[in-house]
Amino acid sequence: MRAGIDAAWTAVLRTSLASGALLLAGGVALAAATDGFQAFTTETARRVAVRRQPADLPAVALENQSGARFTLADLRGKWLLVDFIYTRCPSFCTVLGGDFAQLERQLAGPIAQGRVQLLSISFDPTQDPPAELAAYLRRFRGRDMGGWQAARPLTADGLRSLTAAFGVTVIRDRLGGYTHNAAIHLVDPEGRLVDIFDLGDLDQLRGAIERKLSR
Amino acid sequence: MTRKRWPVPVRRAALLVLVLLAPPVRHGLEATMTAQMLVQLPLLAAAGWLLSGAVPPRVLARVERWSHRGFTGLVLVTVTAAFWMLPRSLDAATSHTLISVAKCLSVPLLIGLPFGVSWPRMGFVVRGVFLVEFVASFFRLGWLYLISPIRLCNNYALGDQQRLGGSMLAIGGGLLVWLAWKLVWGRFESYSSTQVHSSPVPQQ
Repeated sequence: MRAGIDAAWTAVLRTSLASGALLLAGGVALAAATDGFQAFTTETARRVAVRRQPADLPAVALENQSGARFTLADLRGKWLLVDFIYTRCPSFCTVLGGDFAQLERQLAGPIAQGRVQLLSISFDPTQDPPAELAAYLRRFRGRDMGGWQAARPLTADGLRSLTAAFGVTVIRDRLGGYTHNAAIHLVDPEGRLVDIFDLGDLDQLRGAIERKLSR
Repeated sequence: MTRKRWPVPVRRAALLVLVLLAPPVRHGLEATMTAQMLVQLPLLAAAGWLLSGAVPPRVLARVERWSHRGFTGLVLVTVTAAFWMLPRSLDAATSHTLISVAKCLSVPLLIGLPFGVSWPRMGFVVRGVFLVEFVASFFRLGWLYLISPIRLCNNYALGDQQRLGGSMLAIGGGLLVWLAWKLVWGRFESYSSTQVHSSPVPQQ
């Protein structure tokens, strides 16, 4: 009888040890998988990641609304605000377009000094030739103040490496359009992605830019 | 040299996993968040659960020494499931091959298999707590997916997330009714006591 009770206690003790070790290992794994319980979604994760470690961006060949060709590396020396769009987009990009038009007006000063530039990159390059990009810009702003350009990558590889570097995921929807994680990306004068902002959060974004410019 | 045949449960589990991982099936199930969470993951776990039928009694007795009445196994199941319930893990499993492999191995081997080994050994109270918590998770996550205005997975559309939320609430409701039925008219231990000798403690 005595031995039976001892055996039961040994089993309970071992079980407690094993369960405790598993819980600890699980806690460590979950903490690692969520950046210390900060980022439960991919979207938050990419924001946490670039704030911690700015991401280098590839010098992908782009073509803008007037047909001019350039790469992100050519825009170094300025703070860049970058968003990803497709011109047929009925939802998010409309908000993004409105936000960018407003930012172009609000940041007119630094834009005129050549310190800030807005750039919309199309992830649907075959449907978005320069004419469509120009029409997209016209739809949102009264007049061209020169601070906002729209561009498309010239190759499929270029598009892939751009979306991968920025952490943008594009999926097809049932209506022939796309769903994408829409946000405004801040690129520093060294050409590195340093921060990501939500749409419609312009006050916070403008505050961040003004702090960076005044430094 | 005689060809050794794999036990039936192993063959069934292998067949199930092979079918689930066949590119068209996998692609179809991962195309929506609803199918991935409500069909693919449960079936992968079911494959592991099938495997538990092939674990030799000698091994079961050894496991029991470290997992008294299936408790450690249950902890393993819970921790692994918590990991795959993170929207970020699900997203990563859809876009990265390595994470996808980790999912296809860990869901059967660290959720289905330990659950199959542990469940018959678990006592009434542990089973009850587990089931209530399981149902509660369906309600919590279902509600979150249904009302969240933002997409939790970059790979899936908002409508899909809301459909998953609605389905999870419906499943949670169904499980709750079943659980209430069992509480009032059934017994949780009724089918286990005939399969497993519940305690390995030597009687002296």
